[in-house]
Amino acid sequence: MVSESQVWDALAEVPDPEIPVISVVDLGVVRDVRVEDERVHVEFTPTFLGCPALEVMRDAMVEKLRELGAEPEVEVVLDDSWSTDRITPEGREKLRAAGFAPPTPRSEGPTLVQLQSNGFRCPYCGSRDTALENIFGPTPCRSLRYCRDCKQPFEQFKTI
Amino acid sequence: MPARAELLLEIADDELILGWRDSEWTGIAPFLEEDVAFSSIAQNEIGHARALYELAARELGTTADELAFDRPPEEYRCSRLVELRLPEWERTIARHVLYERADAERLQRLKASDDTELAGLAAKIDREEAYHRLHAEMWHERLKGEPRYEAALEELRPLVGERNAHSAELQELWDEMTVVRRSQPAGTTW
Repeated sequence: MVSESQVWDALAEVPDPEIPVISVVDLGVVRDVRVEDERVHVEFTPTFLGCPALEVMRDAMVEKLRELGAEPEVEVVLDDSWSTDRITPEGREKLRAAGFAPPTPRSEGPTLVQLQSNGFRCPYCGSRDTALENIFGPTPCRSLRYCRDCKQPFEQFKTI
Repeated sequence: MPARAELLLEIADDELILGWRDSEWTGIAPFLEEDVAFSSIAQNEIGHARALYELAARELGTTADELAFDRPPEEYRCSRLVELRLPEWERTIARHVLYERADAERLQRLKASDDTELAGLAAKIDREEAYHRLHAEMWHERLKGEPRYEAALEELRPLVGERNAHSAELQELWDEMTVVRRSQPAGTTW
């Protein structure tokens, strides 16, 4: 029989298909794990509802848990329990190191004034002199910003 | 049909059809940022539609895809506002602003609902819609007072709550949207 901690460790090796430096556990989308004999029940929440990575993540989790010899059930929960505040500190650091500015805390936004403020730090040079280029970006979870100091455009994780 | 399923279909149909219309800007928007923005908004709206159809499908004993694509167009419950093909930028922005404002009121009501499943999904959708609203209001500020934009708002405003009579444009959109699915026998898995 597998233990809950083995399940969490296995899930921590399942990458986000769009940003593979971060795992589904770092993202905070795994909401609950329950083990009953051979059966492992995992609840997970989508980040954005239109995220095409949803099925890929679910299938990758199922496959990973089968490797443990468990019978996995991965349930997609469509409630409001996920926000970008659920991304772990380790996850935020991995995002930053990969050139994605991590999301700001939920309490700060979003408003247009806030998006145009100096509350966003360039993931390359650390400057706060950055400008909003586009609320939308290459995937639903990202905006585009530009660093006026190091002249580098970068992707900012949206706060939701 | 149960009232709850009817309500879910009404919102899901709005989001699916608007998502489809928004996606028509992919590749042809006036500049690249807006190409990205409308493509991303379209993806979100269709994602919301999928989640809402899934809740309705559980209640009706069917699937989200069947609800989205296998109903005849006259059974869709969407607003006439979202059906129109709008190749003019000022009319697209006018629709965007009118829709996001009406949708924000609807989501506020749903978030306060005693139906915790529906209230939870509405709250999740609202987190994403907040960015659509910022985008819409940014464009409203830019275009307000411009005669073509003001005329588009006046033209489209009466359509927001119009759900009883569909336009011929919904039939055209439905033909395009379901052509691949209809080319295969019912029950085909994709």
